[in-house]
Amino acid sequence: MIPKKVKEELRVRSIRNGSVIDHITAGNALNVLKILDITGTTKAIVSVAMNVPSKRLPFGRKDIVKIEDRELIPAEVDKIALIAPQATINIIRDYEVVQKNSVVLPNVITHVVRCPNLNCISNSTEPVYSKFSVLNSFMLRCNYCETIIDSDIAAYLI
Amino acid sequence: MFKKKHVVSMRDLTRDDVEFILDYAERMMPYAKAGVRVLENRILALLFFEPSTRTQLSFDSAMKRLGGSTLSLTSEESSVLKGETLADTIKVVEGYADAIVLRHPKEGAARMASEISRIPIINGGDGAGHHPTQTLLDLYTIKKESHLDNLDIALLGDLKYGRTAHSLAYALNMFNANIALVAPEGLQMPKHIVDTLNSVRLVEDVDEVIRDVDVLYVTRIQKERFPDPTEYLRVAKSYRLTLRVLERVRENLIIMHPLPRVDEIAPEVDQTKHARYFKQAFYGIPVRMALLAILMNGSI
Repeated sequence: MIPKKVKEELRVRSIRNGSVIDHITAGNALNVLKILDITGTTKAIVSVAMNVPSKRLPFGRKDIVKIEDRELIPAEVDKIALIAPQATINIIRDYEVVQKNSVVLPNVITHVVRCPNLNCISNSTEPVYSKFSVLNSFMLRCNYCETIIDSDIAAYLI
Repeated sequence: MFKKKHVVSMRDLTRDDVEFILDYAERMMPYAKAGVRVLENRILALLFFEPSTRTQLSFDSAMKRLGGSTLSLTSEESSVLKGETLADTIKVVEGYADAIVLRHPKEGAARMASEISRIPIINGGDGAGHHPTQTLLDLYTIKKESHLDNLDIALLGDLKYGRTAHSLAYALNMFNANIALVAPEGLQMPKHIVDTLNSVRLVEDVDEVIRDVDVLYVTRIQKERFPDPTEYLRVAKSYRLTLRVLERVRENLIIMHPLPRVDEIAPEVDQTKHARYFKQAFYGIPVRMALLAILMNGSI
């Protein structure tokens, strides 16, 4: 029997200031880091928890990402809705949750997803970023060549 | 009133926009041969980064019929060979002309150009992508030679890759057309387009639908889509339009083709009352004259 105190101890310690992205569809934590442009060279302290039990998400599993000393803005986090539509963003100040938001699917996403059409102008040497209209959470249409992505959006993340 | 600055994709146009352009084209008809000098001293730049005889010639002709002049550039002559980007070319040419017709091998090139350019961009075809003036002249031909509302039409050929057919299907849907998509297995129109059409049926054999349509729109089946040349020959033969296929069709059936044709339509069909493809090519002139006059404020 695990003592209650131990059980209640978080798998990843709580953060003093920063952002917690909770309820990420299990298996997508690393894609979330990719969308937020968090790489191995990032200075911030980042904690990732994967396959954490969840009552809310399908298959009873979720991922969590905690980023210390960085408050994410809606324009950054809404892109996450593409791969984790149920994610929530908690902004933490001095260990308190001061803001709790759901992700909102943006109408257009720029420079997040690569067009699968190799002949698309957005895959050329022209000074242009990929741009997609979000038709729904499963379907994107390239604003340049109108190619549709309707499966495995994560595979096309830049 | 037409408020758009550029014409890049049919998806940008509403039914009102399309009707405005087609009505304007009708008003241009008397001048398609005689000419009308409403764009005097205006210059149209024809930037053709891949060859397209009919589109280039018909835009050139349309602009000159309107009293304007043209500048032509092909990729062989351009700074692209020196490594210049299309974006830079557009920024330079917008200083030399009043509108640009762009033909480019990359899909989406015209959309990018429209985001950069201060003068109107007309998409003259981008790779396998859009070719809205082709769709507009197709619609004009249908309106002139048949009727647009509640039309029974069959699109025949490579409907998977042939985006002319995609744009046309999208536009015809605005006019509540009943669309039959006739394509060999594996070359049928993508599901995400079919799903947007209100009245559509998918068939493999043209004989199933040809007696029930007002318009038969034939497109090329491209050899390069078939890994096996014998399979191509079999399919191409079965989709060839001959006098036999035209037995017992509707009296007023019209046959269209964006041209160039290879073997899809037997030459003897040209002599029938149904053939309209050469007239269709001519209608490119009044439609393009209308579009140029609209975009450059040369009202008639």
